[in-house]
Amino acid sequence: MKTLLDCHKACKVRIVKLNTEGDLKQRLISFGIMKEAEVEVLEHAPAKSTIEVKVGKMRIALRGEEAKLIEVEKI
Amino acid sequence: MSTVDAKACPIIANHIKVALVGQPNVGKSMLINSVSNAHLHVGNFSGVTVDKTEVLFDYKEYHFTVVDLPGTYAFTDYTIEERVTHEYLCAEDYDIIINVVDSTNLEKNLQLTSELLTMSKKVVIALNMSDEAEKEGIQIDAEYMAELIGVPCVKVSAVTKEGIEELIEAVILKYETPKNKPKLVFSESVEEEIAQIVWYLEKHKFSSTNSYRNVAINLLKGNKKTYAKLHDEPIWVELQPILIEASKHIELHHDSDDIKESFAEEYAAFNRGITAEVLKQKKIEEKKTLTEKIDSILIHPIFGIPIFLFFMWSLFQLTFKIGNIPMDYIDMFFTWFGNTVGATIANEDIRSLIVDGVIAGVGAVVLFVPNIIILFIGIALLEGTGYMSRVAFLLDGFFHKFGLHGQSFIPLVTGFGCSIPAYMSARILKNDRDRLLTLFIISFMSCGARLPVYVLFTGAFFASNMAGNILFAIYVSGALLGLLAAKVLKLTAFRGKDEPFVMEMPKYRLPTFKLIWHTVLTKTMMYLKKAGTFIAGASMLIWFLSNYPHNLELKKSYETKIEKAQGVAAKAALEHQLSEAQLEQSYLGTIGKFSEPLFAPLGFDWKMSVALQAGLAAKEVVVSTLGVLYALGNDVDQDSNSLVVAISKNISFPSAVAFIVVIMIYLPCFAASIVFTREAGHIKYFFYLFAFTSIVAYVMAFIAYNVTLLLA
Ligand SMILES: Nc1nc2c(ncn2[C@@H]2O[C@H](COP(=O)(O)OP(=O)(O)OP(=O)(O)O)[C@@H](O)[C@H]2O)c(=O)[nH]1
Ligand SMILES: [Mg+2]
Repeated sequence: MKTLLDCHKACKVRIVKLNTEGDLKQRLISFGIMKEAEVEVLEHAPAKSTIEVKVGKMRIALRGEEAKLIEVEKI
Repeated sequence: MSTVDAKACPIIANHIKVALVGQPNVGKSMLINSVSNAHLHVGNFSGVTVDKTEVLFDYKEYHFTVVDLPGTYAFTDYTIEERVTHEYLCAEDYDIIINVVDSTNLEKNLQLTSELLTMSKKVVIALNMSDEAEKEGIQIDAEYMAELIGVPCVKVSAVTKEGIEELIEAVILKYETPKNKPKLVFSESVEEEIAQIVWYLEKHKFSSTNSYRNVAINLLKGNKKTYAKLHDEPIWVELQPILIEASKHIELHHDSDDIKESFAEEYAAFNRGITAEVLKQKKIEEKKTLTEKIDSILIHPIFGIPIFLFFMWSLFQLTFKIGNIPMDYIDMFFTWFGNTVGATIANEDIRSLIVDGVIAGVGAVVLFVPNIIILFIGIALLEGTGYMSRVAFLLDGFFHKFGLHGQSFIPLVTGFGCSIPAYMSARILKNDRDRLLTLFIISFMSCGARLPVYVLFTGAFFASNMAGNILFAIYVSGALLGLLAAKVLKLTAFRGKDEPFVMEMPKYRLPTFKLIWHTVLTKTMMYLKKAGTFIAGASMLIWFLSNYPHNLELKKSYETKIEKAQGVAAKAALEHQLSEAQLEQSYLGTIGKFSEPLFAPLGFDWKMSVALQAGLAAKEVVVSTLGVLYALGNDVDQDSNSLVVAISKNISFPSAVAFIVVIMIYLPCFAASIVFTREAGHIKYFFYLFAFTSIVAYVMAFIAYNVTLLLA
């Protein structure tokens, strides 16, 4: 199983599943991070503590812990 | 009598109340500013507006009340400020919704729109940022879009003011015409389920203000309020199994076990359909947008933080270097002004009250306006360009180690301007524990009102080429101390799980000159207004307390001594002693002397102690009090009136360091304390904050005093 955290900079992936519930899931969905969406990793902070991704036209910052909950596949 | 009524009636009839709703950072507040003459706070990051604000204006024969609401991504109560919006939309009375949408990111923005369409309210869509869309080669067919979703859509730009009038006309037209049903269509399988529930509601003649279709959609989505309402109805018994069955069908269709997710996909599909129909991208998108190019430097894993520190350092250098140029002139002006005004007043007491009280106090505060303006410009740039979110991104990892949330950065930076909006903007933090923690350490971020004290003291004790660095060091050590305090609080009072960090990074924008101008002007005027009212009043009080009671015996005994004394120098020295002695036996002197032992371990004389205590009301009062006390004491030699000189002559270096440390840490001001208490939710938090900051300030100042004493 590959997660968003495993992705390198500039790699493009498709989301398979969100392994989370409740508020966080709702928030991710409202940011467009949902099943079938295509995501590109733009930047990593040192030690991948925080990453910046691009979904559609929107850039989103999230922590490594949250990125780990997002299951992805290569396009 | 009747003429008044006849006049009043149509005014009420033509009153339109508009709720402004949209995702964060789409330009809602700016749109209001451009239709009215309001100056709402605008900034390029999510969560600028955290509370509802009403703005009134007239257009033709209509009275408008527009309510600016905090941005919200979807109909959830994720953070407090989103709850404000949600509650307003559900519970308050308004005529029409303007849904503001960012044209350059239509598909994502439509998510909220499609949820709004299920609310049975009149909606008008404002396709904002049309100027930016044009530059990016995005073309939206507004008429076709209006036809497709059954809601008027108007292209506008809050910056160029294009389309604003059309938008208002569309609102009026919508207001005057009866409600129609927006066309929001779901996939076939969901439509089937909706139809079945609608049929059932019709059969039982269920009474509802919302349309049956919307009730059905809300039920399927699992909307709590709709559930609660229907739960007590007799039809619930039969309805419930139908609902369960319907949800199962939908979930099966979407291959998911979460009905909310399924609906999100339904909405997304609808939005994708609309976007594909109405939006044309003329230019091919570049591989890397300008924002991404800038980002690759500014949030670089290695250079990102040094670049940020460099920016901050430059800001404080400028604050000191440029800010101090007009200082001499302002100082000269107030000296001249004091002398001129003083010459026209015959009564000695009144002259002293005006010249040594009000003019000296207010002058001491106004002296620092140039420094404050530069600081405000820096903050306005940080907020307006989009760099703010980048720094939050950069610092999240670091902050996380201290138990803070990356987004805390936004209220903390706001705190460098003023603590009051900073306390408010902590609302963007979802978790109450994170929010309280942030509230507690905001006062460690030195607000604009403390800048005068710092500039005064660094100017008095350091050469001007070093003073900027010292200023920077003061701010940084304040912030670091705040982080340490956060760590301690996180380990003790606010223990708990970490909250997720997900934040939108806006695109970089060059704020217009007008925007910066208004932001800085509003804040500066507030500072000046405070100087003219509150500080003037406080200076009068300080003057009174330090002049009375008059001790005639003391005066007489000195006067005879002065007469007997030989030579000018001896006479001057005695006069000086007299004014000091008089000051010491005044009310203020008595208070100061009383609290002096408490502050003696920090090396403060009674004047400093009094200034600090007065500073609990507002930090500007520290400077104005020192101004009054040293103007009265007449410690300064005749040819130089400057407070800077007085400070450097009367205060030792270690005491000055300890003084700055206390200023850095203790409570911001009275007004901020009230806002803190309101935002924290309980008065007990105020007492905690008071105890916490006072103890930390005292201990740190004690250490600073003794260390400096050893080194010096
Ligand atoms: N180019 C362009 N920029 C705009 C326009 N409208 C707003 N902006 C910019 O967009 C940013 C956000 O504006 P705000 O008015 O603060 O947005 P808001 O919707 O009130 O944001 P929140 O209060 O956080 O929900 C600011 O940097 C504005 O300068 C527009 O029509 N064109
Ligand atoms: Mg706003």
